[in-house]
Amino acid sequence: MKSVIKGAGYILVHTPDMVLHNGTTQTTERIVNPDGEYLKELPKHIRTFDQALSYWPNQVYIGNKTPDELAAVPQPWCDKVCDVNDRYGHFGQIMPQEEFLLLMQACDVFGLVKLEKGFVEAHKAALAANPIMDESIMARIPAEQTEAAEIQRLVDEEHSEGLYHNGELVGCVNRAHDIDVNLSAHVMHENLVSKASSVMALLSAVKNAGIAKEDVEYVVDCAEEACGDMNQRGGGNFAKSAAEIAGLPNATGSDARGFCAAPAHAMIEAAALVASGAYKTVVVTAGGCTAKLGMNGKDHVKKGLPIMEDMIGGFAVVVTQDDGVSPEINLDMLGRHTVGTGSAPQAVISSLVTNPLDKHGLKITDIDKYSPEMQNPDITKPAGAGDVPLANYKMIAALAVKRGELQKADLASFPVKHGLTGWAPTQGHIPSGVPYIGFAREDIMAGKLNRVMIIGKGSLFLGRMTNLFDGVSFVIQANTGAEETQAGVSEEEVKGMIAKAMRDFAATLMAQAE
Amino acid sequence: MSILAGKKVIIIGDRDGIPGMAIEACAESAGAEVVFSSTECFV
Amino acid sequence: MDLENQKRVKELAEQYGPENIVVLLGAAEGEASGLAAETVTNGDPTYAGPLTGVSLGLKVYHVCEPEVKAEFDEAVYEEQVSMMEMVLDVDDIINEMTSIREQYCKY
Repeated sequence: MKSVIKGAGYILVHTPDMVLHNGTTQTTERIVNPDGEYLKELPKHIRTFDQALSYWPNQVYIGNKTPDELAAVPQPWCDKVCDVNDRYGHFGQIMPQEEFLLLMQACDVFGLVKLEKGFVEAHKAALAANPIMDESIMARIPAEQTEAAEIQRLVDEEHSEGLYHNGELVGCVNRAHDIDVNLSAHVMHENLVSKASSVMALLSAVKNAGIAKEDVEYVVDCAEEACGDMNQRGGGNFAKSAAEIAGLPNATGSDARGFCAAPAHAMIEAAALVASGAYKTVVVTAGGCTAKLGMNGKDHVKKGLPIMEDMIGGFAVVVTQDDGVSPEINLDMLGRHTVGTGSAPQAVISSLVTNPLDKHGLKITDIDKYSPEMQNPDITKPAGAGDVPLANYKMIAALAVKRGELQKADLASFPVKHGLTGWAPTQGHIPSGVPYIGFAREDIMAGKLNRVMIIGKGSLFLGRMTNLFDGVSFVIQANTGAEETQAGVSEEEVKGMIAKAMRDFAATLMAQAE
Repeated sequence: MSILAGKKVIIIGDRDGIPGMAIEACAESAGAEVVFSSTECFV
Repeated sequence: MDLENQKRVKELAEQYGPENIVVLLGAAEGEASGLAAETVTNGDPTYAGPLTGVSLGLKVYHVCEPEVKAEFDEAVYEEQVSMMEMVLDVDDIINEMTSIREQYCKY
């Protein structure tokens, strides 16, 4: 059985106050350098919601602009205004912070998120008007809200994590346990942001795929957070908890983890679950990460740039059984970085790109587009990390030259022809290959592309459990049409033929006996 | 005089440049002793 | 540079003596190489980590620089690093690293 990409959803949330209060670059600075220049200067570099809307890469992320259109815009992009600034897009939406704080409360089933009465009154209607919201979600927002003085007390005396909007304290996330650090206010805040943004992605993807919520049988969450208590720190399960809020009554699910490589792992797992017949419809989802907000802020501020890491990202992809038209995931063409691959860049790229192609006698140039790590270079270049997707394309091209599949003179044109310009926020797992799946699905169905390779890579060493790197890749290809029945004979027919043979045999025996 | 032979080497690799483990192999091949190796990640 | 890495660099320099240490970098471009090199020579330019205001003056090279490359086993370098020379702006890295060493390296 084949598995196909039925649809995808991509969402962003503009969270400027969370940059200041929850990004680890800023929380670390507050400990080691509380009176330093950076924290004083930072608020001047925060973008407004309108600025975030008219930022080119954000409009590409939600599908209102294409990667090709972005590539034609000269870098840097942070000083340019995109001619489209719609908050709703082809693949999803960009939500403002105030609506998101209410959504976080709707996603909290333990009464931990407290919001100030007036704040809720001012913004509840806006969230209700959001096309992906429905009454079941809005009904989760409590009628009774909290007084400002009580919120201040909770933050001052009860270790609650403040929720801010335009610099004002408008709510808080309480700790879920007095002693357990895994249920601290900080962790609960981080996890509720991940969950709420995953809910947005799930709702967008289900809508875009045109399936019923009841159709979803399994959800795989591939974010980078961990939920659990002191007895099981990463017990889980984000997938099912988000599915509950999104209203997917027939879904169960589980969390897959693997740093930035997790989305590619999860996509392969989803495709295999569907192809095996275990589940008919599986959704891969991930919410975003507060810790990474403003991660490279010091470099951006130093260079007089706006804080571009002010967006929480989320995505979800619906994988279903073959519908005869949607692009398929080729489970016979998987790349994987193994324990024995090593960390040499050449070995890593070979394991992910050329090993699966060699199995099918394909050349590097037989893949129309590669989607490795789609980090927005506007963010990474000023921070000294270079242009990450471009570096990946140069590596793939260099390997193609070494293999004699590309002329050295074509090195420079390879990234243009077979690559993409990065547009995804530096939210760890969010940029990792998957931002292109929505566009790839449409371009393949339109006949513009035939094969696309999605590559996920992960820095496992950050977890201090191994020094190993990781990565997997898979190929999405045009639907090859209705599934051929083996040699024109179906299982039913085989059963029928066996039954007939048995009957004939029995009849022969009976005739002989007579 | 050689730079690396007999020296204690500290390695700060980069996930998007050269990872620590790849540099370790090089340093050891030059007769250095690797006393610390790490790989940084900016994304 | 990561704060934990700065701590380890400082401890190791104390343990073995700064004159016995060589730092090898693998940064993706010139500026980042320069910042890391500055951190282990003149001190953390971002004023965040344990090396803030600590001028260790350590000997520091990027793994692609010719001085250290000449000392590596050729086959090992070929297998582990060489492809990245086609990806990185090696000249820019060399310029940044040379400038930092000239200013701050004590050994």
